Amino acid sequence: MLDAASGPGRRKLVEVDGLKMYFPITAGIFRTRVGDVKAVDDVTFDIYEGETLGLVGESGCGKSTCGRAVLRLYTPTAGSVRIDGREIATLDQKDLRGLRPTMQMVFQDPQASLNPRMTVAAIIGEPLSEHTDLTRAEKLARIYELMDAVGLNRNFANRYPHEFSGGQRQRIGIARALALNPKFIVCDEPIAALDVSIQAQVVNLLEELQDRLGLTYLFISHDLSMVRHIADRVAVMYLGRIVELAPRDALYQQPLHPYTQALLSAVPEPDPEVETERRRIILTGDVPSPSNPPMGCNFCTRCPRVMDLCRREKPAFRELAPGHMAACHLYNDTNETVGPATATEASQSIQQGE
Amino acid sequence: MTDLPVTDVKAALKPPRNQWLDVWDQFRTHKGALVGLVIFIAIVAAVVIGPFLWRIDPTYVDPNPVNMLKLRNQGPSLARPFGTDQLGRDMLARMMAGGKVSIAVGLTAMALSLFLGTLIGVLAGFFRRLDGPLMSLTDLFLSLPLLPLLLLMVTLFRDSLSQALGVETGIFLLIVTAIAVTSWMHTARIVRGEVLALKEREFVLAARSIGTPSRRLVLRHVLPNVMSPIMVSATLGIANAIITESALSFLGLGFPPDFPTWGRILFDAVDQMQLYPLRVILPGVAISLVVLSVNYIGDGLRDALDPRIRGR
Repeated sequence: MLDAASGPGRRKLVEVDGLKMYFPITAGIFRTRVGDVKAVDDVTFDIYEGETLGLVGESGCGKSTCGRAVLRLYTPTAGSVRIDGREIATLDQKDLRGLRPTMQMVFQDPQASLNPRMTVAAIIGEPLSEHTDLTRAEKLARIYELMDAVGLNRNFANRYPHEFSGGQRQRIGIARALALNPKFIVCDEPIAALDVSIQAQVVNLLEELQDRLGLTYLFISHDLSMVRHIADRVAVMYLGRIVELAPRDALYQQPLHPYTQALLSAVPEPDPEVETERRRIILTGDVPSPSNPPMGCNFCTRCPRVMDLCRREKPAFRELAPGHMAACHLYNDTNETVGPATATEASQSIQQGE
Repeated sequence: MTDLPVTDVKAALKPPRNQWLDVWDQFRTHKGALVGLVIFIAIVAAVVIGPFLWRIDPTYVDPNPVNMLKLRNQGPSLARPFGTDQLGRDMLARMMAGGKVSIAVGLTAMALSLFLGTLIGVLAGFFRRLDGPLMSLTDLFLSLPLLPLLLLMVTLFRDSLSQALGVETGIFLLIVTAIAVTSWMHTARIVRGEVLALKEREFVLAARSIGTPSRRLVLRHVLPNVMSPIMVSATLGIANAIITESALSFLGLGFPPDFPTWGRILFDAVDQMQLYPLRVILPGVAISLVVLSVNYIGDGLRDALDPRIRGR
């Protein structure tokens, strides 16, 4: 499980093992449980201290749910989440509250994640009044310090969220997340609601804060180029499962899972000459319902290189190259006949993808 | 971010201002609310301070029948600015004494019913497990025939309460409770709906991720955001309470007959409305003025409490 790129000496800050988050579907007058929406289905990953793990995938694949379950904003159906050595998946609310300062979250929609009736000072000060006994003056000093850190004018402290632009609101959200000196921050699509010029500002701010404060990020996004910019390692999710997890460069240069290949082929290239060469792998069909995923591999209904085995058996999530893990039957060692053929095929489609 | 020299930056820095000052600043820009506030304060002042200046007993009936017959049903004069009623009692004194009771009943009953409604609404909306039982309770209360219920409550408890606490306080408490207990349901429903929508908003989730316990989550994030509908309920509630009290008095089940309230004065005068219309107009106008002014105050307050409207 150790990531070669990050070296054996680094400590795992977050360890997620077999995390499942099912939401019950109820029906009838007695509200009996007739099934589950398997939003996150058996997800395993680690995040090393000081790194950024990018979590990518299409809409509705369970990225946000995964991020929220990792912070115990939802109580997971099964599995374990260890942050800084403490198991939080089964902790009761009271003990959990004590651990909250180490883990924080930056939300997707900066408009919705700030209480419209609170001033900026009150919003940034809320974690402080919840977890510290600072005096009013000390708190104000800390609020100003945080506003400086995220590049907000101190005079904005009295203003209300609606008076700010999207980028400024996201800075308020980041300042709030930083208030308690957390170690681990889940960034739940922090840039998805911003326009491109502001996205760069916010991402640079996040990187700068990471360098200065030694933060660890779980960076959830559907923007592959932004993840390539910020993440150290990238996990790709499809229909509630992680299909591939690899160091950034390995993933972008040599994606192994057909879904990752298709996903990467959709990223537009800024160079027009490369862009005209780019050939997209167009997936057919729709994403299956997460309440009724296919029996074998979750991707078997749309995979361009599906085999019989894929429809029968779930592929194991295993290490194929050092630090490069994927869940795909294409790379089964036992499958001698398919092995070499797919390898060449894979390299072809990589070229298409690039 | 500022290009000022260091000393100026310190000077330009304003410490967080008390939010209530902002609220007052916005409230002052609402003309209707200001007028309403002035009228309301004037009425309250007249009702509270008035009896100390106009020292005629509102329940005094001249024991001499000849004098009493002479005094009754008088029109306005210098000695009796509002005239007298059918028993020769001074109308100005009665209006002031009645106003005190009516406004007190209105405000207290409104506050109580608002508290009940908000409490039940927030509990039902916020805690999924309580939603079913509490909303069934609300529906139960909504389906009860209110007037018979009020009458029953008053007849059952009037005597024991007035013995225990004295006629005035006992009946005051009884009526206030009766009105509050039968009028909280609409507030509860509105508040529940709002809370249901609010608790799915991301800022509530953000507060949860900070570790804010439910109690403070409700007080800090949910309640301030359901303020507007509560305000509307409140202003309508005062009017409703005053009118319900009048109806109870009219049915002879509120305060004792000689005890003046605006509702009582109004209904006493209805018999001779065509001969002495002033006696109907006075309490009627007083009730309408209170209700209207409170409505406008509520309107202004609602706008002032919303930072998105503030400063426009």
